[in-house]
Amino acid sequence: MYTQALNQKDSGPQGTQGLVEDPERLARFEARVAAEDKIEPNDWMPEAYRRTLTRQISQHAHSEIVGMLPEGNWITRAPSLRRKAALLAKVQDEGGHGLYLYAAAETLGTSREQLVEQLLSGKAKYSSIFNYPTLTWADIGAIGWLVDGAAIMNQIPLCRTSFGPYARAMIRICKEESFHQRQGYEIMLTLCRGTEQQKAMAQDALNRWWWPSLMMFGPPDAESSHTDQSMRWKIKRFTNDALRQQFVDATVPQGHYLGLTFPDPALRFNEETKHWEFGEIDWEEFRQVLAGNGPCNRERMEARRRAHDEGAWVREAALAHAAKRKARRAATPKLAAE
Amino acid sequence: MTTITLAETPLLHAVLARADDALVHAHRLSEWVGHAPMLEEDLALGNVALDLLGQARSLYTYAAEVEGKGRTEDDLAYLRDAPSFRNLLLLEQPNGDFAQTIVRLFLHSAVLHPFWRTAMGSSDATLAAIAAKAEKEVAYHLRHSAEWLIRLGDGTEESHRRAQEALDRLWRFTGEMFAPEDADLVARGVLPDPASLRPEWDATVARVLAEATLDRPKDGWMQQGGRRGVHTEPLGHMLAVMQHLQRAYPGATW
Repeated sequence: MYTQALNQKDSGPQGTQGLVEDPERLARFEARVAAEDKIEPNDWMPEAYRRTLTRQISQHAHSEIVGMLPEGNWITRAPSLRRKAALLAKVQDEGGHGLYLYAAAETLGTSREQLVEQLLSGKAKYSSIFNYPTLTWADIGAIGWLVDGAAIMNQIPLCRTSFGPYARAMIRICKEESFHQRQGYEIMLTLCRGTEQQKAMAQDALNRWWWPSLMMFGPPDAESSHTDQSMRWKIKRFTNDALRQQFVDATVPQGHYLGLTFPDPALRFNEETKHWEFGEIDWEEFRQVLAGNGPCNRERMEARRRAHDEGAWVREAALAHAAKRKARRAATPKLAAE
Repeated sequence: MTTITLAETPLLHAVLARADDALVHAHRLSEWVGHAPMLEEDLALGNVALDLLGQARSLYTYAAEVEGKGRTEDDLAYLRDAPSFRNLLLLEQPNGDFAQTIVRLFLHSAVLHPFWRTAMGSSDATLAAIAAKAEKEVAYHLRHSAEWLIRLGDGTEESHRRAQEALDRLWRFTGEMFAPEDADLVARGVLPDPASLRPEWDATVARVLAEATLDRPKDGWMQQGGRRGVHTEPLGHMLAVMQHLQRAYPGATW
C-alpha cells in the first residue's frame, strides 16, 4: 500500500531500542485502544506506537507527493479539456492529501521539514507503485482504477485507525480517492468502447499495472514482521493478504466488464470459497523496486530533489520577507510612543 | 480530423483571443504541478491553472456557438495550428524560474481583473455571465501573484535580483495587452477597450512594485503579434505536446 515499508523492521531511533514503557500506562493505553477510544496527540502513547505511526503517516504523505509525478506527466497531454481539468484537479487533490497528512504526522512531534528531509535523503520510503512509468494516456485510467482502487481498500479501514488525526484525515482522503477511482474506471471504459487502438492501449495498461497494483498491499502475511502489534494497536485492521484478496475480488469482474484480459493465466473463480484465485506475485521484483531498482526510482527522487533545491531561494525569500515585516511591525509602535 | 481554420468575425476573434489566453496560460501554470518550490504552491498554481482552464472551456464553447458550425471546445483547442492561436505572447513564454512565472501572472492578472470586472456589464449576456465568474477568480490570481512579487522583491538579495530580471525580461510583452479591441464591439458594449484599462493597470503595477522595492522597466519597443497569430517559438512546442493525442488518433473519443 502507500505504507508498505511498515512491514520493514523497526530498529527504533538510536538509544530507544529496548526501552521499557511504564507497565501501568501501557496497560491503560492498550485498554483504551481495545475499547476503540481514539488516541489524540497530547495523550500518552508508547514510543513504538508514536514511531510506527510517524513512519506510516509520513510514508503515506510521501507517496501522495511522489504520486503527483507519474500522473502529472500527462496533464499537458490530456486528450480533451474535460480530461485535462479532471486530471489537474486529481493531482492537486494528491498534493492536498500530502499536506494534511504531513500536518497529522507533525502532531506526533516530527516537523514537516524533517519528514521531507527523510524523503529526499532516501531514508524514508514511499509506495513502490509510483516507481512505474506512465507511458500512454490509458495509464491514467489504469492508475485511477487500479492504484486508487487498491488505495481505497487499504484506507477505508484506516478511517477507524486508533490515532485520531490520522483517522480523520483518512475520512476526507477516502471520499476523494473513491471519486478518483470512478474517474479512472470511466477513462478505461471510454477507451474500451473506442477504436481498436484505444482498446489495445487500455489492455496494455492493464498488463503493465496489474501486478504492481497487487504488490501495493505489501509482502505476504507470513513475511510481514509488524502485523501483530499493529493489529493489536488498531493501526492496521486487516492483513495484507486479506486486503489483497478483497481487491482482486472487487476488481476482476470490473475488468471483465471492460472486456479486458488480466495478465495472469492462473486467475480463476473458486466456486466454493467465492474468491478469485490468482497466480504467484513476483516478490523479487517488489523487493528490487523497494530497494531503489524500479524503472523510475531514480527519476522520481531526482524530480523531488530538483524541485526542493531549485525552490530553496523562494522559501528563503518568503522567510526573509516575513522577518522584515515582523521587524517593521515591532518598530512602528515604538516610533509612535517616542 | 485535420487542422481547422475558422472564418473569424470580430466577435469570434475576440472570444477566441480570450479563450486562447486562458488555455495557454493554464498550460504553462500546470507544468509547475509537482515541481513547485513548496507544496502550498503546487496547490495554488494548480488552482489558478484550473480556474483559467475553466474560463477557457466556457469561452471555447461560446466561440463554437458563435461560429455556428457544430464544433466543440476540444476542436478549437486541439485542432488549430499555432498561426490560428490568438493568445498574447506574454502567456506562452516558458515558465523560467518561479519569479518569471509570478511576474507573468501578475502583469496579466492586473489587466485581466479590470477586464472581466468591466465585462460583467457586457451587452452580450454570455460574456457577462462568464465575466461574473472569472472576475472573482482573477481577483484571487492578482492578489496571490502580487503578494508573491512583494515577497520576492522585498525578500533576499537573490530573490530581488531574480524578480527584477523577470520584470525586465517580460516587460516587452506588456504593450500587446493594450492593443485596441474591434471598435464596433467596444461601441456596442460587448467588450471593454483594453486601452481604457491602462490607468488601473499602471496604478496596480506602481503600487505593487513600490512595495516590492522593484523598478518599473522603461517602456521600450514592444513585441506584438499574438492576436494575429504571429507567435514566439515556444508556442509551437507547447501545442505539439498539448495536441499530440488528438492529432495522432483523429476522430477518437477520449
